Parts: sequence; C-alpha cells; structure tokens
Amino acid sequence: MSVDANTVTLDHGAGAHPTDKLFIKTAVLLAVVTAVEVAWSYLPWQDWGDSRALYFAEVGGLLAMMAFKFFVVASVFMHLKFDRKILTGVFYFGVVIAVVVYLAVLSTFHFFTGGGSVLPH
Amino acid sequence: MASADHTDHGLVTSTGVSNEKLGMWVFLGSECLLFGGLISSFLLYKNRSGTSSLHERPHDLYDLAFTSISSFVLLMSSLTMVLAVSAIQRGELRNTRVWLGVTALLGSIFISGQVYEFKEFLNAGYGFTHSPAWSAFFALTGFHGVHVSLGIVMLLSAIGLTLTGRIGRGQAESVEIVGLYWHFVDVVWVIIFTVVYLIK
Repeated sequence: MSVDANTVTLDHGAGAHPTDKLFIKTAVLLAVVTAVEVAWSYLPWQDWGDSRALYFAEVGGLLAMMAFKFFVVASVFMHLKFDRKILTGVFYFGVVIAVVVYLAVLSTFHFFTGGGSVLPH
Repeated sequence: MASADHTDHGLVTSTGVSNEKLGMWVFLGSECLLFGGLISSFLLYKNRSGTSSLHERPHDLYDLAFTSISSFVLLMSSLTMVLAVSAIQRGELRNTRVWLGVTALLGSIFISGQVYEFKEFLNAGYGFTHSPAWSAFFALTGFHGVHVSLGIVMLLSAIGLTLTGRIGRGQAESVEIVGLYWHFVDVVWVIIFTVVYLIK
C-alpha cells in the first residue's frame, strides 16, 4: 500500500503465501535429488572409458543437480519466489558477482586448463 | 497477515521490506563472496597434498556414506525451519518452539558429524597445517561449521525469546530472518557437498 511517492508500508510478500504442504513436497524433492546425486557419484565412470564426454557427463550432472537444489531452496524455503523482487535482486547480485569473480580467479591460476603450476606445493 | 502488524506499528520504507530483513539479504549476498573465496581456494589446492610420507588428499579419506547422511540431516533441517516460520506466522507459538527445537537438534547432529569427521582425519595424521589441500579443506568446512553453530545459537535464542514472550506473532519476521540465515547455511552446504565431496 502506498504512503507517498517514495515510501510504502512494509509487506512480507508480494504474492501468494506458500503452504506447509508445498514445503514438505519440496523437501521430498530435494531428498530425492540428493539421493540421485550420491548414486551418480558412485557410478563406475572410469570403467566406461576415459573420454571428455564422460567426464563432462559426470561433473556436469553433479553441478546441474547442485544448481537445481540451490535454486529450489532459495526460491521456496527462503521465500524468494513469493517475496518482493528486490530481495531476489539483492541475493542473486551477490551470487553472480561471486561466481564471476571466482571463475576469473580460477582461470588466472589455470584451473580449467589443468595447469595450476603457478601455485606452490 | 504479518504486513498488518507492521502497518500497525506505522513502519514504512521505500522498498516495502523492513530494514532488518533487507539487511539480512544484503549480508547473505556478501557471504556468497566469502564462501566463493574459500571454495575457490579448495579447488586450487585440493591436489596439493604435501611431500611428507602422509600424502593422501582429502578426497582419498572421505566417508561418502557418512557425509551423505549428514547432508540429508541438514537438508531436512531446512524443512523444519520453514515449518517454524509458518507456525509463528499463524501465531502457533508452541509449534514454533517445537520446530525451532527440532531444527537446532538436526543442526547439532550435523555439527557432531563434522566434529567426528575432523577427529578421524586428525587421528590419521592430517591436520590443518599438514598441506595446502588439508588447510583449504579445514578452512572451508570449518567456516561452514562455525556458521551452523552460530545458527544453532540463533535458533536457541529465538526459542528463549518466544518463551519470555518477546517474540510473538507480531514479531514473526524475527524468526523469518533467523530462517533466512539457516537456509543460506544449508544452500552453502549443498555446494560444498557437491564440489568438495562428490566431484573427485
């Protein structure tokens, strides 16, 4: 509700309020994804070959499931999906800055090219 | 609804969000940089296991089944936390205390597991100063453990405040803010579990 041009009354959410049932369903989904993640890491990837495609499938699959869990917890449990958009902006601004900065750091130290020789033992 | 409580107190901001809640979100956004730095350090150093006779890397010694159970426990604590927030928003103080208590208990189980894991590594001869790989591992997981421990203190404080009547339905946002911190600690572990434990 607007008070004047620059201020609004405090509000906990911009949209519908989630129910406990949604939270329980979300927790079950997260538990299932975690189980798949662990099972994924136990698969005998090395026995299937040494190709880059297999490596990307193994690591890419784990990273995709990790990102999915991160997004689901932030959206549902942290209420970002139901709250004011400014909060989503504030949080993901930090996330994006962190990802960009540290990808740059890792690249600087040749992490992605398998080097890393600039680091001491 | 909680917004009515705020309106009753006549609080207004230009964002429509309380300063406390916005402050917590800004803090959590900045925490991404802290943990990003620690995770990057671990990735850079994880294979630097030193030149002594004890030269195993952290991922050579993980007990993945044990850590998976710990991760599951922490994940479920996010459910109990969100149920505590729901309960206080409905004005159910008893249920709020129960869910906050269960969340603190699950967090304590997670921390106990981490202490046990650290003890196992130390008994095997791998301490914080053993090698860059182990320093990075202990710094990352240790910092996360400190965050979980602080979260447990916040949860217990919230229980105490509901018992003394200083937190009621009108102050539901205080519990929500504690919840935000707790969920953040959980999402950070989601990343640590994958990057540190699952990716070899």
